[in-house]
Amino acid sequence: MASENIITINGTEYPFEPNETILEVAERNNIYIPTLCHIKGYTPTGACRMCVVEVKGARTLLPACATPAARNMVVETESERVVKSRKINIELLLSSGHHNCLTCEANGNCRLQDLAYRYQVETVRFPETPSKYPAETNNAMIIRDFSRCIMCGRCVQACNEVQVNRAISYGYRGAASKIVAIGDLPLNESDCVFCGECVQACPVGALIEKPRRFQARNWEESVVKTTCPYCGVGCQLDLHIKDNKIVRVTGTEEIPPNYGSLCVKGRFGYDFVNDSERLRVPLIKKDGEFREASWNDALSLVAKRLEDTKSKNGPDSISVFSSAKITNEENYLAQKFTRAVIGTNNVDHCARLCHASTVAGLALAFGSGAMTNPIADINKSEVILVTGSNTTEAHPVISSYIKRAVESGRVKLIVIDPRRIELTRFSTMWLRQTLGTDVAWANGMMHVIIKEGLYDKEYVESRTEGFDELKKMVEKYNPEYVSNITGIPAEEIIKAARLYGNAKPASIFFAMGITQHSTGTDNVKSMANLAMLCGNVGVPGGGVNPLRGQNNVQGACDLGALPNVYSGYQQVASPDAREKMEKAWGVKNLPDKPGLTVTETVEMAGKGKVKALYIIGENPLVSDPDLNHAEECLKKLEFLVVQDIFMSPTAKLADVVLPSASFAEKDGTFTNTERRSQRVRKAVDTPGEARQDWEIICDLSSRMGYPMAYNSPEAIAEEMNSVTPSYGGISYRRLEKKGLHWPCPTEDHPGTPILHVGQFTKGKGSFYALEYIPPAELPDKDYPLYLTTGRVLYHFHTGTMTMQSEGLNEMVPECFVEISPEDALDYNVKQGGMLRVKSRRGEIEARANISDKSIKGSIFIPFHFAEAAANKLTNAALDPIAKIPEFKVCAISIENI
Amino acid sequence: MPDINSGPKKEITPEMWGEVDQIIDKYKNKPGSLIPVLEECQYVCGYLPMVLQERISKGLNIPGSTVYGVVTFYSFFTMVPKGRHTIKICLGTACYVRGGKANLEVIQNQLDIDVGETTNDLRFSLDSVRCLGACGLAPVMVIDEDVHGLMTKEKTLDVLEKYK
Ligand code: SF4
Ligand code: SF4
Ligand code: SF4
Ligand code: FES
Ligand code: FES
Repeated sequence: MASENIITINGTEYPFEPNETILEVAERNNIYIPTLCHIKGYTPTGACRMCVVEVKGARTLLPACATPAARNMVVETESERVVKSRKINIELLLSSGHHNCLTCEANGNCRLQDLAYRYQVETVRFPETPSKYPAETNNAMIIRDFSRCIMCGRCVQACNEVQVNRAISYGYRGAASKIVAIGDLPLNESDCVFCGECVQACPVGALIEKPRRFQARNWEESVVKTTCPYCGVGCQLDLHIKDNKIVRVTGTEEIPPNYGSLCVKGRFGYDFVNDSERLRVPLIKKDGEFREASWNDALSLVAKRLEDTKSKNGPDSISVFSSAKITNEENYLAQKFTRAVIGTNNVDHCARLCHASTVAGLALAFGSGAMTNPIADINKSEVILVTGSNTTEAHPVISSYIKRAVESGRVKLIVIDPRRIELTRFSTMWLRQTLGTDVAWANGMMHVIIKEGLYDKEYVESRTEGFDELKKMVEKYNPEYVSNITGIPAEEIIKAARLYGNAKPASIFFAMGITQHSTGTDNVKSMANLAMLCGNVGVPGGGVNPLRGQNNVQGACDLGALPNVYSGYQQVASPDAREKMEKAWGVKNLPDKPGLTVTETVEMAGKGKVKALYIIGENPLVSDPDLNHAEECLKKLEFLVVQDIFMSPTAKLADVVLPSASFAEKDGTFTNTERRSQRVRKAVDTPGEARQDWEIICDLSSRMGYPMAYNSPEAIAEEMNSVTPSYGGISYRRLEKKGLHWPCPTEDHPGTPILHVGQFTKGKGSFYALEYIPPAELPDKDYPLYLTTGRVLYHFHTGTMTMQSEGLNEMVPECFVEISPEDALDYNVKQGGMLRVKSRRGEIEARANISDKSIKGSIFIPFHFAEAAANKLTNAALDPIAKIPEFKVCAISIENI
Repeated sequence: MPDINSGPKKEITPEMWGEVDQIIDKYKNKPGSLIPVLEECQYVCGYLPMVLQERISKGLNIPGSTVYGVVTFYSFFTMVPKGRHTIKICLGTACYVRGGKANLEVIQNQLDIDVGETTNDLRFSLDSVRCLGACGLAPVMVIDEDVHGLMTKEKTLDVLEKYK
């Protein structure tokens, strides 16, 4: 009986839950028990024995972290025996190694120091034994000072169980013990991915962020909680500030989505904020050269040129690129400015290049184009299917969720990817499809699932439409037929179909490997088909989950930085929506025709139809497909304004450059990939005269005759939420502690972690019967190899931010051409040798990296590097619905130079 | 930090790799398989160099750091190949007091290796032991199976010469 679950601690009785440890009961009741090695929520290792307590009747002292509470147990946490044991323990730790607090970064935030103080250990009885191992300081990110290591093993557990990067372990024995990487190599030659989880876990000063060394002690830092500026996971992080400078970054503990974890970019990629190359003053180009200008001059010029263009050529000759990097508030303003002030719907942002097909495909299938389930649901799935997402590199913290789930043994993982990505080391099955054949394998799996009756008949019946057409279509996609198209053996298709079909629930994760195709929208609809067929949408642990690339690409879409919708996906073509916005904004005659996309704008600029372009924080000259062509087009513009934090290749083409603020310099909100809106907070001042993006837009708007006067981002948010139903209840007050999932229409609405519960947003979910269509360009005699492009862990997007960071550059300093050992042999390629890579559109040169991640016949090149821009090669063939370019497949040739 | 890439190397032949892969296959996906696999592979190859550890790590899907940790924890695993001949110098009490230590130093200087190491030409490996039960002959040295007693510094070097 539960009522008998009572334990006595220090003379007081406390109830406990089954499986609770003594430590957990004590902590719940605010009874102090010191711990060194224990990581909350993970299996106790019992390594440090600092948490020992006296249990009546037990012969020895017992570790509280590893001893389950039991009925009638009587515990003393600070008895004489306990205190004596702890004291000796502390003395031993202090005497092993060199614990000089004076020059240690942990000073003031060190568990060993705290314990020595609490238990009054003033002198050390044992002689000091110096460490056998010199400190490791050969990389720019992490210092390992073995003389301060107390062998608690928290780092090992953090690396192996929390992040599941499996880079370090215990090595040697006895006094020679050491935390080792493979072969006892330095971290930068090992499997370490520099997530820094170990640094954050270390209770002493043995692991320290290198940039922080001798720069800041704990009490000199102020801490500002904000949201990571890189990928769509939206990790919550603490910026540690001294003298208006970020000195280190740690993950915010105990709140979603990351619970303290970060990846290398979030933790070590902040150098760009304080970089000397940041733009500090507005620049106006005169006679081909930039001259510094006042804000007044720069903005007057922009206002005048935009007005002139508008009156001469009409509003539709102007386009605005908003940005997935700036806040929700700023995106809202950018589209309001475009629509209400310029009078066109020509506003878009780089989501066009990554997930436009997701938004289009899922909107058609479900009625809403976002991740259906929250990240934390990964733990509730039985099977996870990951396709077209190199999760460990592009969304590292989500990959840890997946790896943890697999390691727990509860979850099976299917990876369908043309490259041997890291996740294949964790998967139950890895299916290797030929590039661009995703509709085919999905049809193949559905063929098997339907034939074997594994689909959820009741769900299909009651919640979806279009099943009969789908069934008819996939009829011919039998495993042999599909095997011929995809190169996946027929029996593997059957096995994967059974694995997915029998699981309840199962979830699908995908990213650009699915979306960046000329059939991107079809690919996305295929994922939706598969999920609905098995009743996996609208249930915990299920779903169709597109991983969004940029920190705020979800928000930029939500807040209307798209040519066809206002914020909250309210159609510009709908008279009701227009009327609502006209009223809210106090304007008349908002344009009703959907505007131009990013890709169309570039095209129209080339044709002379778009004359002026205002780009906020985007860098199309590295990120767009078929770059040579894109550059030619932009050069035809009559007027180009670029608002950015760096002089990007695109900014160099501009007539006016406006210096703006980085994430660390502004307040606002970002919405992460799981639709969770989270706060961004100002931690440092902008450099020079740089201003916040929202201030610039307001100022410009006012100069163009439409005064925008907000005194803070919060004021913008209030207006934004009032016209955006799904954000209606997301006030800053509620975001103080943690984020909220939209839709959240009212102040008292708890937010919506799972979409489509009970009913799809559009009513019934729609199946789409889809034929497989091959990619727009296939290898042939002249261009015999496939090229696919993507990201690497250490860089982000076009690199304007990450390439300012020493640590990140050290790991991946330049572009590379990843080639399989077989192709290397065929083409006589040497590791590190220079290669020329050609496609029908251009050529680049980069060094070869022979790797078994690539498969014979396919080459991989990361797209981050301007000097060797992979997008000079890629094909601008567009998906007909979403207008997303086919970044993921084209045909190339290679030669040695 | 030991430099794992220097030191003597003994080639792992294609036949040995074949056996290694068989051992890995046999234990794949079985829990607790690392130690038996390491034991059997060391038996086949004589030692556990990094290339072999990496193969085992990939094959069993166990992190390389864990493999290295286990190899360096247990004294019966070695990352140094055995030479053609193994010298065991007794440092038990009787041998020690009658000059065993000095004999060891002579060998260390002559061969330029420490206890637990192997000469670069793979001729000798050097170990020390505690009492071989032949105290009457102290100081004692054993090479392969042969016991050599009543050793002096000079005699020690002469005996080594007999083993090529
Ligand atoms: S930085 Fe990350 S991957 Fe590297 S050792 Fe630490 S926890 Fe492991
Ligand atoms: S490095 Fe830090 S976390 Fe790791 S064992 Fe040493 S003291 Fe513990
Ligand atoms: S996983 Fe994404 S959000 Fe999290 S720290 Fe890394 S880049 Fe930032
Ligand atoms: S905290 Fe319990 S043994 Fe370390
Ligand atoms: S001490 Fe050397 S043989 Fe006994």
